[in-house]
Amino acid sequence: MSEKDGKLPFEDLEKVYDLLAAAVDAAGQEKEALFLAKLCLTLCHEVGELATVQRAIEIARTDLNC
Amino acid sequence: MRPAGRGELDSLYFSYPNYQFARPAEMDGEIPLHRVTVVGAGPVGLAAAIELARRGIRCVLLDEKDTLNNGSRAICVSRNSFETLQQLGVAARFESKALGWTRGRSYYRDRLVYRLQMPHSDRERYLPMYNIQQQYIEQFLVDRAREFPDLIDMRWQSAVTNVTNGKGEVRLEVETPEGQYALRSEYLLAADGAASVVRKKLGLRLTGENLPGRYVIADVRMDHDFPVERRSFFGSRANPDSTILVHRQPDDIWRIDWQLRPHEDSDQAIAEESVRSRVGAILDMLGHAGPWELEWWSIYTANTLCLDDYRHGRVLFIGDAARIVPIFGVRGLNNGFDDAMNAAWKLAYVLEGAAGEGLLESFTPERRGATLDIFSNAGKSSRFMTPPSRGYALMREAVLQLSLTQEFTQKFADPRQVVPYTYGDSPLTSYRHRDSEFEGGVMAGSAAVIRKSADGACLLDFLGLGFTGLFFVEGKDMPAEIVDCSGRLRAIDHHFSLVVISRKDLPKEGFTVILDRDGRIFDTYAAKDGSFYLLRPDRHVAARWVAARFDEIEDALKIAFCRSKQ
Repeated sequence: MSEKDGKLPFEDLEKVYDLLAAAVDAAGQEKEALFLAKLCLTLCHEVGELATVQRAIEIARTDLNC
Repeated sequence: MRPAGRGELDSLYFSYPNYQFARPAEMDGEIPLHRVTVVGAGPVGLAAAIELARRGIRCVLLDEKDTLNNGSRAICVSRNSFETLQQLGVAARFESKALGWTRGRSYYRDRLVYRLQMPHSDRERYLPMYNIQQQYIEQFLVDRAREFPDLIDMRWQSAVTNVTNGKGEVRLEVETPEGQYALRSEYLLAADGAASVVRKKLGLRLTGENLPGRYVIADVRMDHDFPVERRSFFGSRANPDSTILVHRQPDDIWRIDWQLRPHEDSDQAIAEESVRSRVGAILDMLGHAGPWELEWWSIYTANTLCLDDYRHGRVLFIGDAARIVPIFGVRGLNNGFDDAMNAAWKLAYVLEGAAGEGLLESFTPERRGATLDIFSNAGKSSRFMTPPSRGYALMREAVLQLSLTQEFTQKFADPRQVVPYTYGDSPLTSYRHRDSEFEGGVMAGSAAVIRKSADGACLLDFLGLGFTGLFFVEGKDMPAEIVDCSGRLRAIDHHFSLVVISRKDLPKEGFTVILDRDGRIFDTYAAKDGSFYLLRPDRHVAARWVAARFDEIEDALKIAFCRSKQ
């Protein structure tokens, strides 16, 4: 389902948006951070490459306090 | 609502007309059977009445008010609607008043995260979108309707109090300043809005969802320097937990919408002081330092509600009487115009006897189909504009924050503006296997794409009242069959017209020709020499052929007239 550059197409990103929203709601506020952390670890495992993960961590922590 | 001390129609910029009651024939003992009665002289009812008149069909247009819509409400008119307005003969009036736009900006925490650029080129006749207040929309349509005094019987101050859907006719009870009367009509178009009396009296209900989220909309007059663009603000300091929308309108009027927070009380939020203080904070955020005046405000919630069937015997529901859609994507008015045109041309052909009643059976699948498509799109927009749960709120925050530096999430902030619905599954759309022989172009069921030729000739100017055949030719010779075929098509649809799109500058005697010197129209329609598109009166493609098959074209027109089975 990925495009030539290996990135997720926008239509699929939209589906991810809905799936994650529902999963966060299902996890409940107390467990949402744990759920998201587990999800990140699982995805990192699938990515299989540390440099990409490190770049993603940098992106995600940018503007956190904007 | 208006500021304290000002009356309901006391506008800063608009003079409301006063429409007099005129005593109808019914009150002096006559009981004529009208062909069509339209209930509701809003934009949708007016468009339907004008379209009927253009087709020579008389109608009575009833409205309980003595003037135009109070306040502004709908303000965005799409390119597709402008094409419709041109066919109705009013586009020039709209163009001279409305503010056109092609761009938009979305902000997160008052920083730009997305630049909306709507598709546009120098080959378009109209801009993708225009802003104009609803009073002007209604005013221009009323003025146009008055140009058909023999065909449109406008009856102001006439409120429908009862409706009976009989076998051969519809009966209405109408309340006027001089008393009540009964009105008989062969068909009824209910365009009486969200609180439709016709709908209630027929015992029908809208079903669907009330979405979370309430918005206050306010119109403000100010001298503010910013291009005509749609601006949306998420997490702004002026409304940290919810969204703000800003649109420019003619006459220095600015539309400001803001979402209420879940704990905010609606009554409190629409009190004049609350509105003033919130508007003040938003204008401060926009960088407007000068004076401003409050013109009008209101509150709304986003709903996705519709009737199960848009046609009940001799009654067809159009616009908000049939369905209520969320405002995101500006679909209420624009789709209302499509409802009106769809109902009017079909009704006209049925009343003329050119088509059977079966033609009206396509009304619900086509227009309710459009509504359901809106619901699925607007659902996405609404979930973004008004997150329904913590999960959605968190996802939106994540997407917007990423958009400050990352391109891949920016499209989430796209407002998903209205696009005309494709009648792919309609009973009037035929020869789908021929449609699939095209590589691209304008799909069967979708609205024709209006594109000017290199010389500025515009297909829209060549469309008549009926179905239109677009015949594409590369060379100088016209096949002999086309003349014969046109004749046979005209025997089915006396309004039928043929437009030849030609790549070469050669006179083709007796034909209406658009010269497509640089092939842009050919490209738009993925046409080859001999391709043929059959357009409906509402500009949607009924069927198309890469290589014209004249027997099939005739059959496709019969199918569209419900005279032949698919």
